[in-house]
Amino acid sequence: MRLWGGLDRLARGADLRGATPSAPGEGQRRNSRFTVVTATPTSTVTALLAIPGIVLLFALPAFASRALLQELFYVFTMLALAQLWNLLAGCAGLVSVGQQAFVGVGAYALFAFTVMEGFDAVPSIALAGIVAGVVAVPAALIVFRLRGAYFAIGTWVVAEVCRLVLAQVKQLGGGTGTSLPTDVAGAMLGLEEVRELFAVRGPAARDILAYWLALLLAAGTFMLVYRLLRSRYGLALSAIGDAEAAAESAGVDVFRTKLLIYVVTAMATGMAGALIFLQKARISPDAAFSLIDWTAYVIFIVVIGGIGSMEGPIIGVLIFYLLQYYLAALGSWYLIILGGLAILLMLFAPSGVWGVISHTFDISLFPVRRRLIVPGDKAKQKEGEA
Amino acid sequence: MLGWVDTLLQGILLGGLYSLYATGLSVIFGIMRLVNLAHGDLIVLAAFLMLALTAVGVPIILAVAVVVPLMFAAGYALQWALLNRALGRNILPPLLITFGLSIIVQNGLLETFSADTRRLDVGHLQSASLPLGGGIAVGLMPLICLAAAVAVIVLLNGVFYRTALGRAFRATADDVEIAQLMGINNKSIYALTMGIALAVCAVAGLFLGARANFDPSIGPARLLYAFEAVIIGGLGSLWGTLAGGIVVGLAQTIGAHIDPEWQILSGHVAFLVVLVIRPRGLFPRAVD
Repeated sequence: MRLWGGLDRLARGADLRGATPSAPGEGQRRNSRFTVVTATPTSTVTALLAIPGIVLLFALPAFASRALLQELFYVFTMLALAQLWNLLAGCAGLVSVGQQAFVGVGAYALFAFTVMEGFDAVPSIALAGIVAGVVAVPAALIVFRLRGAYFAIGTWVVAEVCRLVLAQVKQLGGGTGTSLPTDVAGAMLGLEEVRELFAVRGPAARDILAYWLALLLAAGTFMLVYRLLRSRYGLALSAIGDAEAAAESAGVDVFRTKLLIYVVTAMATGMAGALIFLQKARISPDAAFSLIDWTAYVIFIVVIGGIGSMEGPIIGVLIFYLLQYYLAALGSWYLIILGGLAILLMLFAPSGVWGVISHTFDISLFPVRRRLIVPGDKAKQKEGEA
Repeated sequence: MLGWVDTLLQGILLGGLYSLYATGLSVIFGIMRLVNLAHGDLIVLAAFLMLALTAVGVPIILAVAVVVPLMFAAGYALQWALLNRALGRNILPPLLITFGLSIIVQNGLLETFSADTRRLDVGHLQSASLPLGGGIAVGLMPLICLAAAVAVIVLLNGVFYRTALGRAFRATADDVEIAQLMGINNKSIYALTMGIALAVCAVAGLFLGARANFDPSIGPARLLYAFEAVIIGGLGSLWGTLAGGIVVGLAQTIGAHIDPEWQILSGHVAFLVVLVIRPRGLFPRAVD
């Protein structure tokens, strides 16, 4: 599951700036400087191809049907949630089954800001993210006292507490929930411009705006996770994943690193929740804090695609979407099939579809592991790949 | 005042039920550091199996006598066929396998028995109560449930601390590698552990179904109560788990006494408070 030997790198004294190693290791023995890189030729090509891809998706509302935009809205929001859970569980080892807490808190914050305070919906999404982040701090301080699998159930209890508390808020509909007044969604920032630009009516313009926001969220989340994993925090995370105690002794502040990841993830998850329920325009505690919708599906996406990689959630969300499209009509049988697939994957291909592909063809489109490059030593370069 | 005494009594009795939920979870965590996310759903499954048997005319006592060994066998097979393959340093595979199992069991029950609420028929015991004087009476069924919780713990402690097999269990829990060097087959110990846990789940299922209504969707909430009882009690002590169950039960009935809507919430809050002030639980024994 650990795709990159981070601790190994750390112990050899390699940091991202490619400094002369201070610890005894290959670098010093050869008495040469080395560099640490993450990019590969494939990844450079992918990054270059991604730019026109994003532009194309951005321009999609000009020629795509409204139904397609609605489907893509779902795909993008699920992709964002999957990337975030992957960062948390796959990279930081914080296996949470309670991320619905932040989806729900974000969604309720959006409703509170728009319905009770009369704020515009679009900036309220960002505010909802901040609220989710604020809630995440005390939650983390409590659940971080639990380790491993018990941490997982602890996060679930936190989600239940959030659900039960928000069900008490009568102004937001209590236990039965409430609908978003039509003027909130009808007067969103930028809606008028979209309507004029595409010459469409209100509801269609709302879908376009929501689609763009979802695209922005998915792309933004992707960039955030990707950059984070390639930064010093990524190195610290992989070290923690390899051996927590050793990482701590090598100078990684384990608690602070985990707290940072947990809170950042919660903020982005909260924004996703706010956006999802802005588009749904109706909220209830059971829907906003649904374990199946916001955690089980998300875990399934990550596991089937390949946990611990950037590519996994993308592949996972596409497979999940197809399964949903063809099998959702089966009702409970659909869920039984998903559960069975997840079990089989864990037993026979725990690194998921992308894990099998990348292992077979040795490719990485969005590499996050670091490779050691020692100048003038081609053989060493190969070996440096963990 | 009378109301409060009654509330406290009900809380303690409810704690007996939660302790039964939690004992299996406590045992499997203590011995193999595994958390079974399907635990609550398996309790509900046991209740439905008993319901199915009584529906075709099998007396409830006989149904229990059939379902308890059946669940033991199911636990043994589950561990042997699935979970033993996934145990390792990485906690994710076993966690996600049991998560998948939880979804399968829940939806399988929904498909087979529909979403209707059910209740196990235990005859006249259902409504029998024991007057304690002073206008206070306790239900006989909750009392039997608490007694069963205590009996299960006494029995399990007897097995763990007084038999050769129990020694093997404890050795495996302490250090699996050394236990293997001493000739213990840890995989079969694990399978037996899961079997025992699910047999206790079956007993819990009886009281779940006899004390209140149930339907296929209530499993996850039982898992949370069980988990809270284990953590509050402290890892590695079954009597601690009983105490933890009683704390959750008391918190819930006290919360419900103040405002019926606060019942579940106050149980969770009590758990979080204990986690903050005594992160290792009230009676910790194992270090983890």
